[in-house]
Amino acid sequence: MCLSIPSQVVELHPEIQSVTVDTLGVKRTVSCHLMEEPLAVGDYVLIHIGFVMNKIDAASAAESLALYKEIVDKMEAADA
Amino acid sequence: MPELQLKQLYDGFRDPRTVAELASQIKQLAAKLDEPVNVMEVCGGHTHTIMKYGLLQLLPDNIEFIHGPGCPVCIMPKERIDQAAALAQIPDVILVTLGDMIRVPGSEGSLAQFRAKGCDIRPIYMPLDALKIAQENPDKTVVYFAIGFETSTPMTAVLLEQAEKLGIPNLLFHINHVLVPPAIDAVMADPDTRVNAFIGPSHVSVITGSQIYQPTVDNYHTPVVVSGFEPVDVMQSILSIVKQKVEGRCALENQYERAVSYKGNEAAQQKVNHFFTVRPSFRWRGLGPIPNSALMLKPEYRHRDAELKYGERLPVKEIDDHKACQCGDILRGKAKPQDCKVFGRGCTPQTPLGSCMVSSEGACNAYYRYAGVK
Repeated sequence: MCLSIPSQVVELHPEIQSVTVDTLGVKRTVSCHLMEEPLAVGDYVLIHIGFVMNKIDAASAAESLALYKEIVDKMEAADA
Repeated sequence: MPELQLKQLYDGFRDPRTVAELASQIKQLAAKLDEPVNVMEVCGGHTHTIMKYGLLQLLPDNIEFIHGPGCPVCIMPKERIDQAAALAQIPDVILVTLGDMIRVPGSEGSLAQFRAKGCDIRPIYMPLDALKIAQENPDKTVVYFAIGFETSTPMTAVLLEQAEKLGIPNLLFHINHVLVPPAIDAVMADPDTRVNAFIGPSHVSVITGSQIYQPTVDNYHTPVVVSGFEPVDVMQSILSIVKQKVEGRCALENQYERAVSYKGNEAAQQKVNHFFTVRPSFRWRGLGPIPNSALMLKPEYRHRDAELKYGERLPVKEIDDHKACQCGDILRGKAKPQDCKVFGRGCTPQTPLGSCMVSSEGACNAYYRYAGVK
């Protein structure tokens, strides 16, 4: 029950404090009752049992991914 | 940097080449270790990742995973399930609960078996579904059998908040919310414990902040790394732990900075503090009673408390596991699933004897699915 899932906000429903999110192609409506900051379409969020728990910091995620790419590139250069 | 795509958030943190490179770095560094590192992954979600992606096989022999007690389904003692079954047998009660809980055996059977006998028991995927069921059945009493760690408690708080706000009288709660830090204390209180490092579940810390593990670092002089659930996240966290060990440090680190802060989601914490207070003691499956390790509703919300309302009908007898079941030792990190005599024989995901086999996040279930029976 506990795997929190990264998803992207695709529609806002402020009247019911909810958003529709896309989790790799699956769309569903989840609650924003635990979010203080407003969400925007395109935001990445973590979902747990029907609630947005938090925003994912896209810059930080991209930074990690860039770092991993660098590591792998170095490894491949060393193997070449 | 091009704009980040959702797919990258999945694929990037599952990239096999990155996992392989991190494994190679871990191996090089681990060769310098003076003593083995026994990492407890507190949460069943991490156990699942470790087994599913074969991370065990990528690591050197002096790094071992010990599977901790952090699965809400695995740690539920039988008497609490018996209480849920007793509630479901009361006429005009609809019992609702999350996913896996319905299959965990109580002493008289699982909730699924009680449902087969005619009780109105409904598994739900999100707590707010309970609100809808209560609204649609005004002549019935809906009891939400609430389970989960710090990750799931705020969602129960919102459900209660909505029931109060919308004036829905027929929704009650049986609260089984438990806390991670006291469980860690219980594991570390055992003089025979081999645990000397932790990876903390990121989704708990999304709510609580990484701060909840500072006492673990201070009290037990162990590294704690709050880790995401993807294989790259786990490997990076192991690398951080090995680095700390080699450098003779112990610190709280946050691998999952993309969603976890030191302080966490304060709105969620406020809601939890508004509705809940600490329960003096809660008996954990396999670990026994742990003081201050769970929550209960505050007195001002006792009108929503199914445990109080139906108190005289609820069985209180404490019931231990099947004698052959070693879930207790497994949850304390003293045994591996394959050490258990009934693993994969008398106890399988189809016919679980112990709840570590029931839940998809249970250690036994993960071993059965991904490592097989020897």
